Amino acid sequence: MQKRLVVPILALTAASVFPCLARAQARLPGAVYDFDRKSEKPGPAPERDISGVWEPANGVSGGIQGKGALAMESCKRDPKTGKYAIDRNAPVTDTGYATPDCLKPDVEPPYTPLGRETVKAHIPVEGYRMVPDALTNDPILKCDPGGFPRINLHNFRTSEILQTSTHVVILYKFQHRWRQIWTDERELPKDPENPAWGNSADALPPEARWWGYSVGRWVDDYTFVVQTNGFYDDRTWLDNAGLPQSDQMQVEETYHRADAEHLELSIKITDPKMYTKPWIALDKLPLRLQSPHLEIQEMECSPSDQEHWNKFFGNQTGATTDKAK
Amino acid sequence: MRHRPLAISAMFVGLLTVSIPLFAHHGAASFDTSKKVTVKGTVVEWFWANPHCFLRFDVKGEDGQAVQWVVETQSGPNITPLGYTKQTFKPGDEVTVTLTPVRNGRPLGRLLSVVLPNGKKLGVGAATSGEGRGDESQ
Repeated sequence: MQKRLVVPILALTAASVFPCLARAQARLPGAVYDFDRKSEKPGPAPERDISGVWEPANGVSGGIQGKGALAMESCKRDPKTGKYAIDRNAPVTDTGYATPDCLKPDVEPPYTPLGRETVKAHIPVEGYRMVPDALTNDPILKCDPGGFPRINLHNFRTSEILQTSTHVVILYKFQHRWRQIWTDERELPKDPENPAWGNSADALPPEARWWGYSVGRWVDDYTFVVQTNGFYDDRTWLDNAGLPQSDQMQVEETYHRADAEHLELSIKITDPKMYTKPWIALDKLPLRLQSPHLEIQEMECSPSDQEHWNKFFGNQTGATTDKAK
Repeated sequence: MRHRPLAISAMFVGLLTVSIPLFAHHGAASFDTSKKVTVKGTVVEWFWANPHCFLRFDVKGEDGQAVQWVVETQSGPNITPLGYTKQTFKPGDEVTVTLTPVRNGRPLGRLLSVVLPNGKKLGVGAATSGEGRGDESQ
């Protein structure tokens, strides 16, 4: 009798202590994840090839960093429970949650004074400063483009990478967006405030963009590195927790083809206006190659739909009412 | 019979798997996640959109007055694998809705499950196409 209970009790304990076990199962129908192929021994990585349909390798949740950039979590997890140190029943005021335990300087990005001032002006619906929807000023909740690198640091879902002789194109599911990365040996604009492409004397100077200007190069047969600059000034947030970015930002993406089935994505942020030094925002997020027949679903943001949702729900979620008090 | 404990374990872990509410767009700041409310009502609108669908329905109180509730859930692509479609509800349907209420006391919440007029029950959870780190603290 006691033996019969051992396995269920172990399962209960494991699921309680390691909530990641349950979390890992989030999946897109038709997709294949690492937990589906536990005994797999992937073949060697193909040379200079990152093309294909890619999905976070450990389940859909792996690419969704609701609380902020993965490698710089503003609120660390409890190592025993795996949960964030948020008091979910803490009193909510018009300035957000009271979660002082999460305000630890050692887990903050290296803000400049302007960076710190700017992040305070951003009022997110996620992260340690999250507020109800009625109180946020997150630009994507008006269906503004999330921009780059937020597309990777907030909500990286099924994406397809296409390679041609002159560029790499990435098609993103979230907000139904795409980016173009030049691979024709051109240089980045040296000065984002006075940009001009390096390899064409008569090229028009490019304008600032939500998604920046991107150029990519193979640094070895398995590692593709992309540099991006040319951003707007503070029109977009770096992540879902409201980290700031400026027109001085340069982003380095590293796509490392680890083997036949996997690609690892890392992101380094350099932005002297907002941060005192470069920092790693994403550290080897594992992506898994999918069937070329896997469809990328549409996750378009419609301003009229958003307005309708705000009218009946979002705008009604303010923190202070007689009942709440 | 020999594998019964394992089966029970699988059921338990499975239950955890599908019971974790996971959203991408926003966190739990609006919701009192310690509470669960079940109400019966009549559908007014089923709004199918990204990033959130919502169900509007009228609940008749003891005084005979109708109170309109709104429960949100995930985006259409995320809940389709759970059996929801754009046609799941139509105005006039009688439904029983279980939800996590908002903190401010208004008749709003996050959908946990719903019983349709034909008795079929639909839920939400990680079995959908994914939401994630956003609400792991719940």
